This record gives sequence, structure tokens and C-alpha cells, in this order.
Amino acid sequence: MTLALETIGLDKRFGGLHVTCDLALKVEAGARHALIGPNGAGKTTVINLLTGVLTPDAGRILLEGRDITALPVHRRVRAGLARTFQINQLYPELTPLETIGLAVSERLGHGADWWRRRGTRAEVNEEIASHLAHFRLTDVCDERTVTLPYGKQRLLEIAVAIACGPRVLLLDEPAAGVPESERHDILAAVASLPRDVTVLLIEHDMDLVFSFADRISVLVNGALLVEDTPERIARDPQVRAVYLGEAHDA
Amino acid sequence: MTNFLTILFDGVAYGMLLFVLASGLAVTLGLMNFVNLAHGAFAAFGGYVCAVLVNRSGVPFFVALPLAFAAAALAGVVAERTLFRHLYRRSELEQVLFTIGFVFMAVAATDYVMGSSQVFINLPDVLQGQIDLFGVGIGRYRLMIIVICGLLTLAIQGTLARTRFGARLRAAVDDPRVASGLGINVPQVFAFTFAFGCGLAGLGGALGAEILGLDPYFPLKFLIYFLIVVTVGGSSTITGPFMAALVLGIADVAGKYYVPKLGAFVIYALMIVILIWRPHGLFGRTMAR
Amino acid sequence: MSDMTTLSPVAASTARIGRWRWQETAFWLLVVASYFLFSDRYLILTEIAWLALFALSLDLILGYAGIVSLGHAAFFGVGAYGVGLLAKHGIIEEPVLALLAAGLMAMVLGFVTSFLVIRGTDLSRLMVTLGIALLLRELANRFSDITGGFDGLQGFTIAPVLGLFEFDIFGRTGFVYCTVVLFVLFLAARRLVNSPFGLSLRAVHNNRLRAEAIGIPVDRRLIAVYTVSAFYAGVAGALFTQTTALASLDVFSFERSADLLLILVIGGGGYLYGGIIGAVVFKILQEIFSSITPQYWLFWIGLVFVVIVLVGRERMRRWARAAPEVLLRRLGLARGAGGGTSRGAEL
Repeated sequence: MTLALETIGLDKRFGGLHVTCDLALKVEAGARHALIGPNGAGKTTVINLLTGVLTPDAGRILLEGRDITALPVHRRVRAGLARTFQINQLYPELTPLETIGLAVSERLGHGADWWRRRGTRAEVNEEIASHLAHFRLTDVCDERTVTLPYGKQRLLEIAVAIACGPRVLLLDEPAAGVPESERHDILAAVASLPRDVTVLLIEHDMDLVFSFADRISVLVNGALLVEDTPERIARDPQVRAVYLGEAHDA
Repeated sequence: MTNFLTILFDGVAYGMLLFVLASGLAVTLGLMNFVNLAHGAFAAFGGYVCAVLVNRSGVPFFVALPLAFAAAALAGVVAERTLFRHLYRRSELEQVLFTIGFVFMAVAATDYVMGSSQVFINLPDVLQGQIDLFGVGIGRYRLMIIVICGLLTLAIQGTLARTRFGARLRAAVDDPRVASGLGINVPQVFAFTFAFGCGLAGLGGALGAEILGLDPYFPLKFLIYFLIVVTVGGSSTITGPFMAALVLGIADVAGKYYVPKLGAFVIYALMIVILIWRPHGLFGRTMAR
Repeated sequence: MSDMTTLSPVAASTARIGRWRWQETAFWLLVVASYFLFSDRYLILTEIAWLALFALSLDLILGYAGIVSLGHAAFFGVGAYGVGLLAKHGIIEEPVLALLAAGLMAMVLGFVTSFLVIRGTDLSRLMVTLGIALLLRELANRFSDITGGFDGLQGFTIAPVLGLFEFDIFGRTGFVYCTVVLFVLFLAARRLVNSPFGLSLRAVHNNRLRAEAIGIPVDRRLIAVYTVSAFYAGVAGALFTQTTALASLDVFSFERSADLLLILVIGGGGYLYGGIIGAVVFKILQEIFSSITPQYWLFWIGLVFVVIVLVGRERMRRWARAAPEVLLRRLGLARGAGGGTSRGAEL
């Protein structure tokens, strides 16, 4: 059992708020691992810590055994860790073709080429085309992202993360905000992710979680409550208390 | 030693003057994220109003000072309601362009109306010369500046900390959307604060005519100082810009005395050093978002 | 569905990148034609040429990377004094070499200051860029025995270009020289913005968070473009001094940096031609205002700043496009005129 992603004693405070408490997360290679928890549990904070957007106060992060705690955001991507954002973070004025093209170029090491026109490398173009096709974006590949419907944008968000060629992919609520008619595409895209990529998924949608994940971690108030298979999590009284308790207060 | 004390004294006076001049800009930035490069125009306006009142109409200096404040505050209200208000949501570049245009127009208009030479305000006798304090010569004018600006700073701090308006203002600076959701009339808070900031600038301009020199190009000449105070001091507190202004004032005066050949560069060097050390200002976040 | 069909949209799209459009060719032909058409106005055309290059340099950082600078004149001034001093002390006499040397000097300054500019907030960037330009101006003032201080650099002449073409009083050599330099650097800039590097700049400008999240080393890219931009601005300054034999403190002035912002905003950033168009419009405005009230030019240009922002460039562009049509309609020359009553509804 190799660990694709591991945190050791990961800790973060915002002033008096202890958002991540001594977190020991273990994600196996090739896993489909879900991170769930009530609102405010600190799930997105964990993603931000993992990707380097936030610096932890204590603890370490290991990507395939390699300590990446000190690496800046863009280096972690190069090391094989990519993410999607809960709210789409895309380039409003760029097209899907350009967006994915950038990710592919960067990955292949051509991102800083200034003397050569874009689009002159066949292998880059082929890869862009295949990503676009896989995520059903070929028909809109030349439209500015800001003009695309939300569902397409969400697909692009996942596509660009995949285009980074990650070993570990962090998905932050991929289905969030997507209208019912477009959810199917998102779910299909998530289900069709290559098996050699480890996926850590944050989701509220329990149907998606239980159909997708082979392992679930439950985060409450910044700490890991329990981590187990989906069947056992569904039956766990603590988990139900956490969720039902919240429903009672609401 | 006495030289050192005199320099310290002059530096503090200069710093407090800068604080009064720049504080309005800090609040504008912190509250509305509005980059107002024309801030100095209100300062110059106050200075010229004071000069005209004192020199041409024989109004006593200490009466002209609050009138300069009022005139600049009024100008601020008019400008804010008619022009600046439309720019709060615009991009940084547009705010920069607009306020540069505004200050260019103000400078040229001042040049046209008042002429291009430096203006001196006829000071009352009580402010001329020095007082002897423990063997150290203390300039009366600078002493007055320290007293007035010190009192103003305390009053501002007191207002912010202890009055309801102050609480509303602090809430609005912290997070305008939440504040507005709590029922605070943020545009009104802002209009009032902007006017007050312009008034302070005008008062600073009137006080500063003697020390900094008042001419049509004042708003452009001192723009960099205002920017340094606000960037280094941050705009989420009052103490930040206050400390930054003091440091700047003392450093500038000391620099010009001890290293006259390079005196003017001291502030630039300071600016660079501080920015390398603390990119987000010495005292915390500079822009609301 | 074979690979060929999925490849076509991408292939079609990428084939269009960077292709020369007929408008561009027409534009540059017009530039060449102006040599013959405006043979009595070489001096002003030369001014437009180096001003356009200066604006191009700002386009690289502002139009593409989104960096607002209040002090781009810093690099212009280094280029200007650079060639002036090189000529005065006989260190490098041939103008093209001196141009490159001065550009390199500006580039070094750009590289060094880029670290300050890219970190910190938007406000600190305004402050730093303004401060650097003012600092240089102060330096030039202080060391007036070298720079000539307020009066400017005196007593230097510019040698013939490539040893062959002397600078004449009509400005012919100057115009051709500046235009050639502008064109060469323009081509390089065009290649740069159509490259992956150029696209990454736009990405950083559009969404820095996302750019980092796909592995773009944002800081390094910004440092690179800022350095290149400084080189271009330095060359523009060098051209200025070489064609006018002038170099004084106002090369570093805030007004110069502010006017530059206006030029780029008038023409529009992000497509490389905005700087040139803006320079032309700016010069025309300058001519108009100078004939009204020469000493209060600052007022009028301030008004232009204000009006442009209030009205908004989008609206102005729509007016500019609609105006000829409206005019033709009024004159009864266009379709649907019916006797000259104009609805002006297009506006």
C-alpha cells in the first residue's frame, strides 16, 4: 500500500480559529478518496494547505513520499498535484483551447517559449484536442470562457486540472452550482478519470460520494473524525450524529 | 545632542503634518478601495484658501485654519458626490487615470488663478521664532503643528474607538458588505469620511505652507510622500499611517541634515527597504481586498 | 469518429494564431507611404515613432500582464541619458550600438526593480514605480555635473547611423531610423505575444490563482516581461535623444509616465497596435491644445484623462465607428437617409 498523498500533523490557525487540527490524512495510490464533513469543517482549507495556497503553522505534506511542504504552488503542480476550485477559477477572456493549451505547454516545458508561435507543436495540439474531446468541449473550444454556460465552465475546470498531468487530483465540489441538466456530464467526467490518477474528492452530494468513492474521510471542526469504507461510514453512529445533529440545529 | 533633539523635534513635526495630510487617503483606500491620486489637490486647495484669507482678507491665522478645513471638506463633498462616486467599482487603472486627470486640471487651474510662484502665508507674531526649552531652541511654528496635529490624532483615535460613528466606520472598513448587511449606511459613512479626510488634507495644506512650500504643483510634488505613508502604514488602522508618517518625517529631516548630498534619497531608500522586508506594509493589509 | 475530425477545430484555430491580417499589412504600408506623403512633417512623425515604441513597451506590461506603472519614464530616461552620455564622452559613437547599449542599461534597471514591483499590493506597485522614476530624476538633478542638471545634457552630437546616414535638420534620417527600429522591435513583440509565454502573461492577468494552479511560475514570467518592457522603453528614450539631441530632467517626469498611460488607454492595450494609434491621437491632441492655450496644456490633457474614463473607451469606440455612418446619413449619401434627418440611434 503506497500512499499517494499524506499529511502529518497538519495544523493551521486563523487568529483564534483553529481550522485544521493536527490532521493525519492518508490517501492511497490509485484511490478514489472522498473528504466529507459538515459546513465549516475546513475541507477547502485542507485543499488550500495541500496545494500551497495556504501555509500551515505546523506539519508536513508528502506527495508520493516526497516532502512538498516548502514548495510554492506552481512547483507542487510540477510535482504532480493538481486541483479544481469550488468556484470556477478560469480565465474569462481566454478560450478553452487556450486554457488547456497553456496547461499542456507548461507541463511539457514549453510554457516559457517566447520565440515560437503557439500552436506549432503537433504533440501539444493533439493532446489539447484529446482533452477537449474527452470533456465534450470541442464545439466551444474557440469561445471566450466567460460566455460559456456554467456546466461547460465546470467541465473546463476539471479538464484543465487533468491537462496538468497530475498524479494526484484534488476535486473541490465538482458538481457544486451545476444545473440539473448538466450534472450528468460532470459526473461522467469524474467517473471516467484515469485509474492511475489518485483522486481526492470533496463533496456534499452524498449520491456522488457513495457512487464514486472507495474510501471516505470525515472532517469535523478541522480534525479527522473517522476514515473508512463507504459502507461502514454510512452505518457509523458518530457520523450520523454529526450530520443529523446539524440538521436538528438548522 | 541639542542638534539631535532639534532634528527629532523637527522630524516629529514634519511627520505629524504628513500624517494629517495623508490620513484621508488612507481611509479612502481602506474603506472604498479607491485610489485617489488627486488627494493632494484638496490639501493645496485648503492651503490656498488659508493664504487668501490671511494675506488678502486679513483673517486671523487661527480663524483661517478651520475655514481651510471647511473649504476643503466642502470641495471634497462636491467632488465625491458628482465625480468620484462613479468610480468606486471601476478598475484600478481607471481610478488612477481619472484622479491623475483631476489633479492635472487642478494644478493647471491653480496656476491660472493664483500664479505659479510659491505662496507664503503671513504668520502671526506669536508663531515666529523660537522658544527656549531646557536650552534647546524649539521653533514655535513647529511646536504649534505638533500640538494641533497631536490633538487631531487623539480626537480621531477617540472618535474611532469610542463613538458609534467610529464603530460604524471601522465595521465598514473591515467588510463593507457585512456592514451594509448590518444596516450601516456605507455610502453615507463614506461620503462623510471622505469629506473629513479632504478637510484634514486642506488643514494640512494650510499648516504645511510654511514648512513644505505651497505652489500649484504641490499635489504632484508630495504625491509620493502620501503614497509612501499609506502603503507603508497600511489602511486598516490609524496608528499604522501615524507611525509610518513619523518614521518618514524623522528620516527625511535627519537625512537632509546628516547626509545633505543624498538627503532626499533617504525616503526612497526607506521605501525600498521597507517594501523588501514587508511587502504588505509595516502594519498590515493595505487594500481591503 | 477518427482522430482527424477531432483535430480539425484545434488545427484550424491554431493555424490562425499570429497570422498577418490584411489590416496589419495595410497599416505598415501606410507607415511607409507616410514617408512620401508627409515629407514636410518628418519631425513630428519621428516623435510619433519613438512615442509609439514607448507605448508599445507599456502595452507589454499593462495590456498583457496587467501591471499598472506610474513611472515607466524611469526606463525612458535611462535610455535617453544613456545615449547622450555615450555620445558626449565618445564611448560609443555609432547610434545603433549606442541604442542597444542604452537599452541594455534600462533593461538592467528593469530587472533589478522588477522584484520590488511584482511583490506587494497594487498600491505598493504604484508607489514603487512612481518612486523609482522620481528617484532617478533626483539623481540626475544631484549629479548635475554629469547630467547637466536642470539645463540638460549639453555639448553632444549624434554620429551618422551606421556611419552612413547623417541626421539632417529635416528629420528624414531620424524618421526612417526610428520607424525601422520601431518595426523591428514590433515584430519581436508580436512574436512574443503570440507565443506560449505571451499567452501565459494574459493568463496571469486574467486569473493569477488559476495560473499558479497550472504550474506557471508567475513571478518569473512577470520579471521577464517587465525586463523586456524596460528594454523597449529604454530604446524609445534613446531614439528620442538621438533624434532631438536633447536629454534633460523631464525625461523622468511623472507627466511623461502619466501621458504614456493615457496614450495606451486611448489606443487600447492588449493588441499591440494600441500604442501606435494612441501615439498618433495623442500627438494630434497635443497640436490642437497647443494652438488653444500653450501654457495650460496640463489642464486640457487632464480633461482628456477625465473624459476618457467617464465616457469609457467602449462607448467611444462605438461612437468612432458609428460617426462616419451618421455623417454620411446626414449628407444624404448613405442608404436610408431619406432627406437627411438622422436618428443617431446607433449611438
